[in-house]
Amino acid sequence: MSARPRKAVVIGASAGGVEALSAVLPHLPPDHCPVLVVIHLPSNRQSVLADLFRDKCRMKVVEAEDKAPIDAGTIYFAPPDYHLMVETAFTVALSNEAPVWFSRPSIDVLFETAADAYGPGLTGVILTGANEDGAAGLRAVLAQGGRGLIQSPETAYARLMPETALSFCSGATVRPLEHLAAELLKGAA
Amino acid sequence: MASIKRRLFQARDHFGCRSISMLQDMVLHDETMLGALMSYLTVQVSELFRDPAYFRAIREKVVPHLKTYPSLKVWIAGCSTGEELYSFAILFREEGLEERTLFYATDINQESLRKAEAGVYDLDRMRLFTENHRLSGGKTSLSDYYTAAYGAATFDKSLRRHVVFSDHSLVTDAVFAETQFVSCRNVLIYFNRDLQNRAVALFADSLSRKGFLGLGAKETLRFTEHHDTFDEFAREERLYQKREAA
Ligand SMILES: C[S@@+](CC[C@H](N)C(=O)[O-])C[C@H]1O[C@@H](n2cnc3c(N)ncnc32)[C@H](O)[C@@H]1O
Repeated sequence: MSARPRKAVVIGASAGGVEALSAVLPHLPPDHCPVLVVIHLPSNRQSVLADLFRDKCRMKVVEAEDKAPIDAGTIYFAPPDYHLMVETAFTVALSNEAPVWFSRPSIDVLFETAADAYGPGLTGVILTGANEDGAAGLRAVLAQGGRGLIQSPETAYARLMPETALSFCSGATVRPLEHLAAELLKGAA
Repeated sequence: MASIKRRLFQARDHFGCRSISMLQDMVLHDETMLGALMSYLTVQVSELFRDPAYFRAIREKVVPHLKTYPSLKVWIAGCSTGEELYSFAILFREEGLEERTLFYATDINQESLRKAEAGVYDLDRMRLFTENHRLSGGKTSLSDYYTAAYGAATFDKSLRRHVVFSDHSLVTDAVFAETQFVSCRNVLIYFNRDLQNRAVALFADSLSRKGFLGLGAKETLRFTEHHDTFDEFAREERLYQKREAA
């Protein structure tokens, strides 16, 4: 059993997100703190993301299952059509409740619940997207003493999401896509 | 609990309360508030033949076992507004099991139970339901089971002939019958581990030897105390079978 880590990274992305994540996730070492990811995808219920990233990454990649413990060295993807949440017991929980910003999974829901659980140990990352989801979530992360990281809008496939996050979170760090992984590793243990 | 917290705050805002204790006050002083709050705190999303692969696996893998029983009891736990129940009733009719079956459809939300008993759904949902039914291996046409009028689809009351609807909480109530199949889908995700353990213990008690338990598409027994009580029967479709010795 690995000890329950008190550090974690949450990442939210929408339009262009698969490509942006491909520039970040493969750079994370196998013993990195847990990473939880929400990408908006059409909900045809096919869980392709975990399969897509498994071979590219050095961390273990799974689709989140309800009540699974959150372990270091693991990347958790939200299953399509479910909200992904973090419990204060450092387990994941799934939910079918209403979409937020027309999205389920929603980035705000993941970030807000993760901020409650991890507080200052959390880093929230907002990537490309044509949606306003994530901005309120990132603000919650910062409010609990966590760190905020935003992909610079100029390097984003769709700027709306990083721009909205920026306008909500003046305390967040902005980096071009190619520097995001390095920036993440700076704070990680 | 993360989910309950979110919904409590939503309810607070919806009912115009400044704080949770103000919301609590309202509920304590106004009886009608409890039902209204319940609708905020419990998630009622459902579909007919939701996750068609689940119903296809029941048809193809579980039904042959069920056919060996002279009589059957099936418990739909957390049936919400009834979509799951009607899916079972239709499937069992198609597979020739309906006449020997008694369904228990239970939930804690009274308002939802009333809707389940009425069996009336928006007509514009029938497209999805029809497609789900077809993908589940449906042998008949879904439209055989409802009448459409004024934008609503009303399911045939004959489907309820073998159904008992009842108010039952998986958190506080006890087992009420021996069953051969329990379907409890998208309810356990709203429970923490302790409550999940309690609910699954109820199912294990209720199920007869080698009885079946079906969960929602992203639910698993893996993180409960009872994973040893059951075998994985159809892994992907989240169907479990109670062990012989259990
Ligand atoms: C999302 S619905 C699931 C509907 C259906 N089973 C399906 O999968 O489509 C969840 C249901 O669980 C019910 N529920 C919540 N807590 C419960 C409890 N303690 N005992 C029984 N039902 C409960 C809710 O009222 C709600 O109707």
